[in-house]
Amino acid sequence: MGINLNQTAFGSIPGPEDITRVELANGIIVLARANFNSPSVMVSGYLPVGGLFDSDEKLGLADFISAALMRGTAKRDFQKIYDDLESVGASLGFGGGTHTTGFNGRSMVEDLDLLMGLLAETLRQPTFPEEQIERLRAQLLTGLELRSQNTAAMAALTFDELIYAGHPYSRSEEGHPETIQAITLQDLETFHHLNYGPRGMVIAVVGGIDPQEAVDKISSKLSDWHNPHQPPSPSLPEWTPLEKGVTNRLEIQGKSQSDLFIGTAGPMRSSPDYMAASLGNNILGRFGMMGRIGEVVRVQSGLAYYAYSSLNGGLGPGPWTAMAGVNPTNEKKVVNLIEQEIKRFVTELVSEEELSDSQSNYIGRLPLSLESNAGVAGAMLVLERYQLGLDYYQRYPELVNAVTRQDIMAAAANYLDPERLGIAVAGPPKIQG
Amino acid sequence: MDSKVVNLKLSNGLLVLLKEIHTAPLVSQWLWYRVGSRDEEPGITGASHWVEHMLFKGTEEFPGGVLDKAIARYGGFWNAMTYIDWTTYLETLPADKIDLALRFEADRMGNSTFDKDEVDSERTVIISERQGNENNPLFLLDEKMQAAAFQVHPYTHEVIGDMADLESMSREDLYTHYRAYYLPNNAVLAIAGDFETDKMLARIRELFDDIPAGDVPPRKARPEPKQTEERRLTVSGPGETTFLKASYHAPEGTDPDFFALTVLDSLLAGPSSLNMFGGGISNKTSRLYRALVERELTVSVSAGLQATIDPYLYNITMTVHPETSPEDVITALDKEIKRLFDTVAGADELARAVKQARALFAYGSESISNQAFWLGFAEMFGNYEWFQSYLDKLAEVSPQDVQRVAQKYLTPQNRVLGIYLPDNNN
Repeated sequence: MGINLNQTAFGSIPGPEDITRVELANGIIVLARANFNSPSVMVSGYLPVGGLFDSDEKLGLADFISAALMRGTAKRDFQKIYDDLESVGASLGFGGGTHTTGFNGRSMVEDLDLLMGLLAETLRQPTFPEEQIERLRAQLLTGLELRSQNTAAMAALTFDELIYAGHPYSRSEEGHPETIQAITLQDLETFHHLNYGPRGMVIAVVGGIDPQEAVDKISSKLSDWHNPHQPPSPSLPEWTPLEKGVTNRLEIQGKSQSDLFIGTAGPMRSSPDYMAASLGNNILGRFGMMGRIGEVVRVQSGLAYYAYSSLNGGLGPGPWTAMAGVNPTNEKKVVNLIEQEIKRFVTELVSEEELSDSQSNYIGRLPLSLESNAGVAGAMLVLERYQLGLDYYQRYPELVNAVTRQDIMAAAANYLDPERLGIAVAGPPKIQG
Repeated sequence: MDSKVVNLKLSNGLLVLLKEIHTAPLVSQWLWYRVGSRDEEPGITGASHWVEHMLFKGTEEFPGGVLDKAIARYGGFWNAMTYIDWTTYLETLPADKIDLALRFEADRMGNSTFDKDEVDSERTVIISERQGNENNPLFLLDEKMQAAAFQVHPYTHEVIGDMADLESMSREDLYTHYRAYYLPNNAVLAIAGDFETDKMLARIRELFDDIPAGDVPPRKARPEPKQTEERRLTVSGPGETTFLKASYHAPEGTDPDFFALTVLDSLLAGPSSLNMFGGGISNKTSRLYRALVERELTVSVSAGLQATIDPYLYNITMTVHPETSPEDVITALDKEIKRLFDTVAGADELARAVKQARALFAYGSESISNQAFWLGFAEMFGNYEWFQSYLDKLAEVSPQDVQRVAQKYLTPQNRVLGIYLPDNNN
């Protein structure tokens, strides 16, 4: 069943005619799109520096730095930074990832200069004041303590350690208490000095501002930034699948519910079968009330409040997993149900109706995902990160509709071997049931 | 917020609010019912939330699974929320597909089947939802504090309900609750987005006019007597982190003091907004952040004031720094509150709070779903004019007003202090 494109709807989909893309001489790529319905502006972006740069001993360093950038600059101390931002209802924040460090900022249009100035200052001239850094360290450590008590977060961590053993994806970007304790002020300064720079940085600006004006504002703050030390992105080693199915269970005292993850590594975003895998995942564990998995685990069996699957293809082979939160006595039942669904998914073609439903879903939800400035900024960053082309969202219906049932089964079988899945559970000590 | 809002009542009492917004080819519909956990007696606590779950199980015309697939096929989303005062159902869809949601909401206002097997299967889903909540220390603390703060008023129990009731409630209990409250004269239909008002209204009349009005049970919540002395409680549980929470009895949404308390909250703990979608901003220059986080007594602080039908709570939640004690935090908190009692805040601080609220409105306006949310929300405890005058009312608050409401509400005898103490049993 094909989709008729509603011309009105698709007139508002970003494309080459309304996205301004400029590469500054120092390598920064600026993407801008106007939305004059909005009196505010969203500024989002990333730099090619992340947890991959961390040593095992100081795991969490890149993430630590991303949070430390806002703690003081050569021109403003912590309170001044936030006083300037919060006084005008603006926001700015950084967050560390595996491959990149991202940022998001937002302000009213008239306050964009302030926001841009702060973005440039925090990136280029952070001072990492000791008192602030120690305060931040205590906050990060408390965050890690809370993580150690969070069954979903610990199941995710256990899963990554299991599936990606020996691969950088096995490591937590936030680090661990002992690695956060090991990081010195000097580490922060050195890491920033060597790794933060303009090459590979991408900034998207969306809102009530002329795109050229947005480019000029960024250029005036960041075009003279250079860092001769900036290293190339580290390459990823090959990922090796598990030789057989393995289950790891982590006990956390005093909890009522267990969280479980089942899966393996999936495709990279650039893999030719990514779209087929993504549509397939939608059928497996997302569409409607969380796809086939939600249907059997929640709707038919009443065994969980949430049960779904997720495919996180990025610059590398991100995880392809099913998750559920269940009563500890039902762990095995739910694992069996999900395993059955995965088996069916890799051995039987999805139905024509399932495929056309998911294709319609993918195409139909595009306008909704692009209604806000933040949605458009995020979508433009995806274009750049994965080199999809400025016309990608306009070609998107065609790309989605080109996927066949056979493509989905081939993609599923390519990644999901039901005999070699990793299972990670975090929950209270096991009660037999 | 400039375009006109059409506001009218159908003959059966259904209140309709419509707002055309033509910035994106989307429409968002919210159907609100005046029923929430406050309308539940012991024995059926959690019924409103469970009814909300059952309304996703379908009707004869739209059997379970049909609708969620149809909405997903069109690229829309739908959801529902149950609160202490209200229950709401929302659908956001491409503009040319909204008719499906209108038809469905008209149908499930009275025709949800509440199949017995599905009630049983949903029982375990909701118990699982509650167990997921119980994994969170702050839920454990909240539940005890709400019970301590309300000893007479039905705000005493959590929306999800007590485990004993979740285990024992019957299909009949739920169905009776549903039929009692799901009536056009107990509902508000709010729609915002890319439509023509005349056509939309005609369609609403076709679908909803014939649904008969009924006798809605009176909302006879017993008023909570004034608290006369501080209540303190401790909850212990797993983990290594201590939490402290202060809950002050606060005025209802329509009380004139509500706006002054909203401004006070901005000064004390950071900007608050009425956004359901669209995010917020940080609170690092708020008085409590400076007094608690910057002095390493806590690692975080946040606060919230809810607009409710009856007086509810102003909650301040703090994560205690590992090197300090809850008692030290209470001392510092009280010192900041005393400062509000003793010294009038600067006009610049108030102006800043209003600017922040305006910016947050601008961010929230980008989402059609959020605009539609705003339309109906204020009707649940007041009316739409409350929302329309919100920013003006904030701007009218004077420094003396802030001082006065601080003295009136933020006293020790008006609060419950709760501490979550980790038992370090790992």
